[in-house]
Amino acid sequence: MTIITILKHVPDAESRVHAKDGALDLSGATFVIDGMDEYGVEQALRMREAGLDAEVVALGYGPASTTQALRTALAMGADRAILLEGDELHDPLTVALALAAVVRDEAADLVFVGGKQADWDSAALGPALAEALAWAHVDWTTAFALEGDAFEAVHDVDDGSETLRGRLPVVVTTQQGLNEPRYPTLPNIMKAKRKPLDTRPADVGQELMVVTGHTGTERERRREMLEGDARSAAAELVRRLRGEAKVLREEGR
Amino acid sequence: MILIVAEHAHGAARKSAFELVAAGRALATASGSPLAALVIGADPSSVATELAGFVSDVHVVADPGLEPMRAEMATRAVVHAAETLGARVVLVAGSRSGQSYGPRVAMRLGGAYLEDVTDVSYEGSDVVAQRPTYLARISATVRSQAERVVVSVKLGALAVAPLADTTGRVHQLDVPFADEDRRLEPGPREAAAKGRVALEEADVVVCGGRGFGSSEAFERHVVGLADRLGAGVGATRAVVDAGWRPYGEQIGQTGKAVAPSLYLALAVSGAVQHLSGMNRSRVIVAVNKDADAPIFKVADYGIVGDVLEVVPALEEALAGRD
Ligand SMILES: Cc1cc2nc3c(=O)[nH]c(=O)nc-3n(C[C@H](O)[C@H](O)[C@H](O)COP(=O)(O)OP(=O)(O)OC[C@H]3O[C@@H](n4cnc5c(N)ncnc54)[C@H](O)[C@@H]3O)c2cc1C
Repeated sequence: MTIITILKHVPDAESRVHAKDGALDLSGATFVIDGMDEYGVEQALRMREAGLDAEVVALGYGPASTTQALRTALAMGADRAILLEGDELHDPLTVALALAAVVRDEAADLVFVGGKQADWDSAALGPALAEALAWAHVDWTTAFALEGDAFEAVHDVDDGSETLRGRLPVVVTTQQGLNEPRYPTLPNIMKAKRKPLDTRPADVGQELMVVTGHTGTERERRREMLEGDARSAAAELVRRLRGEAKVLREEGR
Repeated sequence: MILIVAEHAHGAARKSAFELVAAGRALATASGSPLAALVIGADPSSVATELAGFVSDVHVVADPGLEPMRAEMATRAVVHAAETLGARVVLVAGSRSGQSYGPRVAMRLGGAYLEDVTDVSYEGSDVVAQRPTYLARISATVRSQAERVVVSVKLGALAVAPLADTTGRVHQLDVPFADEDRRLEPGPREAAAKGRVALEEADVVVCGGRGFGSSEAFERHVVGLADRLGAGVGATRAVVDAGWRPYGEQIGQTGKAVAPSLYLALAVSGAVQHLSGMNRSRVIVAVNKDADAPIFKVADYGIVGDVLEVVPALEEALAGRD
């Protein structure tokens, strides 16, 4: 079988990201594979290592620089990679439609994709991709086991977690807790350079959602340090919260 | 028309439903179109009655397969309602459920999807919205380019709507579900801590970090303080990874996003991924023994000190009235 893991190349969380005059400034950012996507690569590799006869294909949509994220996945152990090359898009629905065509071409039956993107903060790509393929999806997955074509997954829901059973094909969105992604070793990074990476131009439609501006979300904060020992600082804090900040509805106990 | 999909639990509408009513009313007024609500579930009649005090038409889809929520069942129900009723805008909650079926509904309707927005309005005939991006460090303005648009609204981002002076009508809708809508079989569920305020609905959140050192200390100090304040309990990923607290309490990029009036960050370092889940809080308090901890950069009030001393002192100060 073929397992596809979808990857995105995003600014490192520690990078400086800010907005100026309505535009986004990423000039200070270094880019890495999205941490949320790594869980999917790891999961596919573990399933294969546990004896599943599967080819693991890393797939990314984006500009040529996305190749770096794909190389990371190859260095982790994916067999080959496909870059669907196209301009940066914001609308996950448009990207999903383009990716779905590749998933169909590859006759894959299992797709992993990160639960939430670190750049667009979007959790929509997985469900949208499943919809484009007319497949089921399982989101926010923390455990996934496959036997034949039957799977059992545990995923987070609004009030806790839930077990879901179903049959392939399925799109699974991944998150922390699913596994601990491995670091690529140096020999594997070298080997990854010789693994096949196929670049295709993306065939994308018109975006139905466009971005027209950016602003920073940083708020003015008081940044007041309350001095003194624990007791006097705590007493002062309670006074401030009741008084100037007015955020303590008193319980009065 | 503007259609809101009202979520509910234990026979009552969730707070998010009334946030959607507020957003829906504003859009309906701006576009001169009617507002209706959709309630889906196994037997959501009590929720429908409740909502009829807020909107003039409430549509109900009842099917046992809708509880627990399955994304494809919900998608079929919402798409059918939107098409039958001729909805131009569909508002759904930015909950785990809403974000699970929202994109599918948008795609099946051939519409746009504006996701997890903190604000939504009409600009001319376009629906525009604000949404956090880049780990909530940026707010992007997004605009729909489609005839139809599905908007998921971030939990807690909008004020809830006041009761209207209406007794709305309740209508039953029959939805032609397909076998494939039921292809995922829900199994056992684990509920998050019971009896506690839902994190996203809490007005005060007490969040503890790894600095507490043990689950016992976390329980005594963080949960203890939260109980006194009637607050929600939050945790950092380090705490969740250590197994001290359930994942459902995690705040941040991979956890929940909250925006309470008061957020107490206790022994929390303030990593970017954590900040993205709480930086919209109105007032932030940080207690950390490291004066250089990044959390102080976003705090309104800071105390440099040991949480094991400061939290008991806080409890004491709260107990005594001034
Ligand atoms: C892809 C990805 C997603 C992530 N998602 C999240 C997320 O959703 N939520 C999240 O929280 N993190 C997330 N993280 C992890 C994040 O980067 C941090 O590692 C985490 O938030 C740190 O938790 P912490 O502050 O409890 O622990 P630490 O960083 O270890 O900080 C502990 C703090 O406690 C202080 N301290 C220690 N003892 C005391 C004491 N006795 N009194 C007072 N202060 C004390 C220390 O000075 C320190 O500042 C994510 C990371 C990645 C890579």
